[in-house]
Amino acid sequence: MNAPVSSFTPGTLVETSAASVSAAMPCTRLSLRARGDLAPFEAALGLSLGGHIGSRSSSDALEAMRLGPDEWILHSRHGDVSGVVAEMAALYDSHPHSLVDVTGREVTLVIEGARAAELLTLGCPRNIDTIQPGAGRRTAFDGVTVVLWRDGESSFRMDVWNSFAPHVYELLAIGCRELAAERH
Amino acid sequence: MLLIHCPYCNETLPEAEFTYAGQAHIVRAEDPSSQSDDQWEEFLFIRANVKGPHYERWRHFHGCGRYFNAVRDTVSDKFLTTYEAGAPRPDLASLTEGQK
Repeated sequence: MNAPVSSFTPGTLVETSAASVSAAMPCTRLSLRARGDLAPFEAALGLSLGGHIGSRSSSDALEAMRLGPDEWILHSRHGDVSGVVAEMAALYDSHPHSLVDVTGREVTLVIEGARAAELLTLGCPRNIDTIQPGAGRRTAFDGVTVVLWRDGESSFRMDVWNSFAPHVYELLAIGCRELAAERH
Repeated sequence: MLLIHCPYCNETLPEAEFTYAGQAHIVRAEDPSSQSDDQWEEFLFIRANVKGPHYERWRHFHGCGRYFNAVRDTVSDKFLTTYEAGAPRPDLASLTEGQK
């Protein structure tokens, strides 16, 4: 009863002939809100923030996706982001913005396999094909807000808030088994 | 399901990503303490309940998160247009022109 709400161990959670779902290794997540001139932020972060909603860019340390007109999510696989955070903090006086560490907020599920895109249609009302490989979107999955990263034609990452993660995972696991059980 | 065009994402997306947020273009008084009780009542509670084209707010909740305005015909449930929050109210005649 007192078990953590989300207790995924990184690794494969379910794997069928249709698709597989695994929990990604933990990463540092930063939420950025900024408006106006983006150039000083781009210089501090070392990546580009322009581009349409859903576009991504990356540097050695960080991976960013534009979620809204003034909102970005940043991921860092390598842990230490204190340098970037300090550089951004130095900008506060001249360029007011908000950079918040939201590492503990979400887990990332990796969805791969031949029918991964089809699996996502189980919960996503939007057409998955409108998300190009190399881009992403914040969207809904069975009523839950998720951030979807499309890394390849059939390779996705889905950031889910901790409290919704067991529900989303269960639905994906059922979908994996159902797609694999289909007879043609 | 309705398909709604988000003016910020510039995409037409399913209704399930959006939430309705009431009548649009309701402006809070510049100087609230100058308002009479009747004016406050008008501002807080009195809404148009239009039959036909209705100016209303929507939010792209599971998406860019932004509020925007829309003109929707409450009879046919058709969206005539959507536009960014803060933009001027579009002229109704130009929106309905092609429909006659």
